[in-house]
Amino acid sequence: METLLQILQDLHPEVDFETEEHLIDNKILNSFDIVTIVAEIDSEFDVAIPAEHLLPKNFNSAKALYALVQKLMDE
Amino acid sequence: MKKKSILILCASLAVCIALLWLLQALLMPKYMGSVKEGALIGEYYDNAGNNDVVFIGDCEVYENFSPITMWEEYGITSIIRGSAQQMIWQSYYLMEETFQYETPKVMVFNVLSMKYDTPQSTGDQTQREAYNRMTLDGMRWSDSKWNSVLASMTEEEKEWQGQWSYLFPLLRYHDRWSQLTAEDFQYLFKKDQVSDNGYLMQTGVKPYEDEHVQPPLVDYTFGENSYYYLDKMVELCKSHGTQLVLIKAPSLYPVWWDEWDQQMVEYAEKHDLLYVNLLETQEEIGIDWSKDTYDAGLHLNVYGAEKLASYFGRILVDECGVADHRGDDTVSAVWAEKVATYYARKEKLEAQS
Amino acid sequence: MQITSFRFLLFVAAVLAAYYLIPKKGQWMLLLAVSYCFYLWAGIEYLGFILLTTVSTYAATMAMAANQDKQAKFLEENKETLTREDRKASKVKLKKTNRVYLVGCLVLNFSVLAVCKALLIEPFQTAAAAGTLSFLSIGLPLGISFYMFQSMGYVVDVYRQTTPAERNPFKLALFVSFFPQLIQGPISRFGQIAPTLYAPKKFDGKQLSFGLQRMLWGYFKKLVIADRIAAAVIALRGPEHTGVAFFLLTVFYAVQIYGDFTGGIDITIGLAQTLGIELPENFIRPYFSKNIAEYWRRWHISLGEWMKDYIFYPVSVSKPLLQLSKTARKKWRSFGQRLPVYVASVATWFVTGIWHGLTPNFVLWGMLNCFFIVLSEECVGLYERFHNRFHLKEKKWYGGFEILRMFILMNLIRIVDLFPNVSDYFSRIGSLFTTFNFHILWDGTMLKLGLTELDYIILACGIVLMFVISLIQEKKGSIRALLLQQKPVLRYALIFALLVIVLLMGSYGVGYNASAFIYNAF
Repeated sequence: METLLQILQDLHPEVDFETEEHLIDNKILNSFDIVTIVAEIDSEFDVAIPAEHLLPKNFNSAKALYALVQKLMDE
Repeated sequence: MKKKSILILCASLAVCIALLWLLQALLMPKYMGSVKEGALIGEYYDNAGNNDVVFIGDCEVYENFSPITMWEEYGITSIIRGSAQQMIWQSYYLMEETFQYETPKVMVFNVLSMKYDTPQSTGDQTQREAYNRMTLDGMRWSDSKWNSVLASMTEEEKEWQGQWSYLFPLLRYHDRWSQLTAEDFQYLFKKDQVSDNGYLMQTGVKPYEDEHVQPPLVDYTFGENSYYYLDKMVELCKSHGTQLVLIKAPSLYPVWWDEWDQQMVEYAEKHDLLYVNLLETQEEIGIDWSKDTYDAGLHLNVYGAEKLASYFGRILVDECGVADHRGDDTVSAVWAEKVATYYARKEKLEAQS
Repeated sequence: MQITSFRFLLFVAAVLAAYYLIPKKGQWMLLLAVSYCFYLWAGIEYLGFILLTTVSTYAATMAMAANQDKQAKFLEENKETLTREDRKASKVKLKKTNRVYLVGCLVLNFSVLAVCKALLIEPFQTAAAAGTLSFLSIGLPLGISFYMFQSMGYVVDVYRQTTPAERNPFKLALFVSFFPQLIQGPISRFGQIAPTLYAPKKFDGKQLSFGLQRMLWGYFKKLVIADRIAAAVIALRGPEHTGVAFFLLTVFYAVQIYGDFTGGIDITIGLAQTLGIELPENFIRPYFSKNIAEYWRRWHISLGEWMKDYIFYPVSVSKPLLQLSKTARKKWRSFGQRLPVYVASVATWFVTGIWHGLTPNFVLWGMLNCFFIVLSEECVGLYERFHNRFHLKEKKWYGGFEILRMFILMNLIRIVDLFPNVSDYFSRIGSLFTTFNFHILWDGTMLKLGLTELDYIILACGIVLMFVISLIQEKKGSIRALLLQQKPVLRYALIFALLVIVLLMGSYGVGYNASAFIYNAF
């Protein structure tokens, strides 16, 4: 989780990712950000997030994103 | 509460429809000024019923025959259902519609329009649309009108499904709001009668001068469609027990070719009809082309129209047995009024010219 | 059947009447039947195209669903005995088998689309016109770019298991052919419209009234604005119009395409609403955007979303690109991070470009959009420092400036649509900096473009009206909801006034050439 927050923070230092629950709905993250995050996760966690998981509900909060990464790591 | 809101909705709808209707009446051309021809068809309904003779056709009927003269001289009750550039299918449907209002003894049809076979064969299509409007807009809603519309539309009209604009002319004249004149407001609810039982009076004189030479045609045969509607006319009149008389008015233009005349003679013979080519009896009628035409031979003026009425009335009496109604008081009273209007109009127009 | 024709209105009236009179269970079947009627009206020769897409979509998704069911059953039955590796292997195997169906279906459909679009360009058109290859002259099948993208999106969704497969072939056929969408989209997702598309609907006066109001507003935009200004757009394309005249062309075209496309979509969505069906929005007042990325989130949304989900994301998170990203990051830290995004952007905009047409100008159009998006992304830091230095963000006028800047930039990019010959476009752009013929604004040139003074007045008033309405929507939300709070008589009066304006000032009937929607052609 720490690493993930660091990735996000690097991208948007002005956002409090621990509390923000509507990263997509409030247009904080755009599609460019999402792809960047996916690439970062790929290199940090060695987990590839396939395109079908690039959905608003998975990227709306750091928690949701972390859950997704966990799930993909489990598989 | 619910009831009330439905009531408001219905009332609002009614107001909107009334306003649209008013708007439509305002936007439609009134044809009271320079283009009076457009008002002719609509004037029929006020004078329908109890006419023994009905003339149907283009300008060669509404400019050339004076029903008032026929009444004065023979007691014939007649009316003209003419309009500018009336096509044969339009004539047919006007005839069909006429039988909804009255069953005359004689239907007179001017055969010049046999030369136009389809809406596409009638020249300039924009102009054609304007003529269609003048013939069709005046008709009341009926099957005949609808069928006439479908038969008359130009390609452009078909393309934008113009038939609906004959039901709701607002759709046709929707952009006339920028061209409205005082006339449109003045005649919004009540129009003047521009004709005398369908006859559009002209008092001007423009003598016929030199002969225009028209190039001969390649093919003189009338089109299939023309014959189709002529056949339908014959049948329609037969089914109502009305005698159909074909005429060719004595207008010098457009040229009435001998080959065309021959086809009409043969057709009349075959169907046992009376066909009168009035061009051949010009001298008997007494038409003086230096005085009796207002446009150098295309149409007669009122003096010519009176002469022609006097001549043709005799034929109607002798050959068709049309009755004299001058003894009938109620009929006479109605016609006395028409006669008065006619002479008042004639006086006024003569004073102007 | 043109959506602006009397025939279409009669058709809609008949459909609506039947829709609410028949038993509710049959409503979706009626929609299927009338959608096919609508399709057949466009030409019986097109029927094969939509059937091909429908059948191939159904076959592919059903085959995939069968495999998915089998795999799910297998996992369920052997829950205890299977290891994690086994489960993973089974998933991989499923994807592998299903990929065959997916790829087969996509290739089949997109080849048909590509051939249809290719036939619209030289030299096929010349051959068709000359009559040597008469079968080429059938034109683009109605709605093919829209229904095909919609169907292929659905196929991918089923493959990804984000949408369950529709097992009823007739329901699927309705999804593909739903007639309001055939004209110009929106390209809906199955998940977006399925809930309302098939559900039985009770007659709802409010929905009907809202739908009709929206349609009326759409007709206003199309008939009063877009079709009126169309004449000037055509005239201004002439080679003699350079400099200021070209700039005017870009503005006029912006007005035309806005009225045409958003108006058409208003009619589509409004019509669906009268049927109780909710279609996704395709526009959110795009001309109020402050940057190009925002513009593309607000203009033709359904196409943008489609491209994002099915081209941009898959390409940008594909293995080769992630690998590229890794390598690149070692060399240039932050640019390397963005590199895969840019590569995916180029791919996405290339496809978006050729979706509009297989001519060089549409490719250029896509690349221009891509270039400016990438450029603005690269300049984010620069901008921020600039803004902070001058405190621009706090200034009220600055927002307006950004919007205007965006509007002009998009106009200059969009206009390439109209110049199949790309060099014409560049020479015209060049003339902006060399020709300062402002005199055309008052020397009477403006009145030679097919518009009278009256037309300009109507257009000006209409544009102001659209602007005010958009502003209210932006600040206060739905106009129709606001109207509903007013007294009924006032509400009816306003709607009636709009109806009269459309009736009197619409470009239809004698003397007006009925023009199809611009997006009809895509």
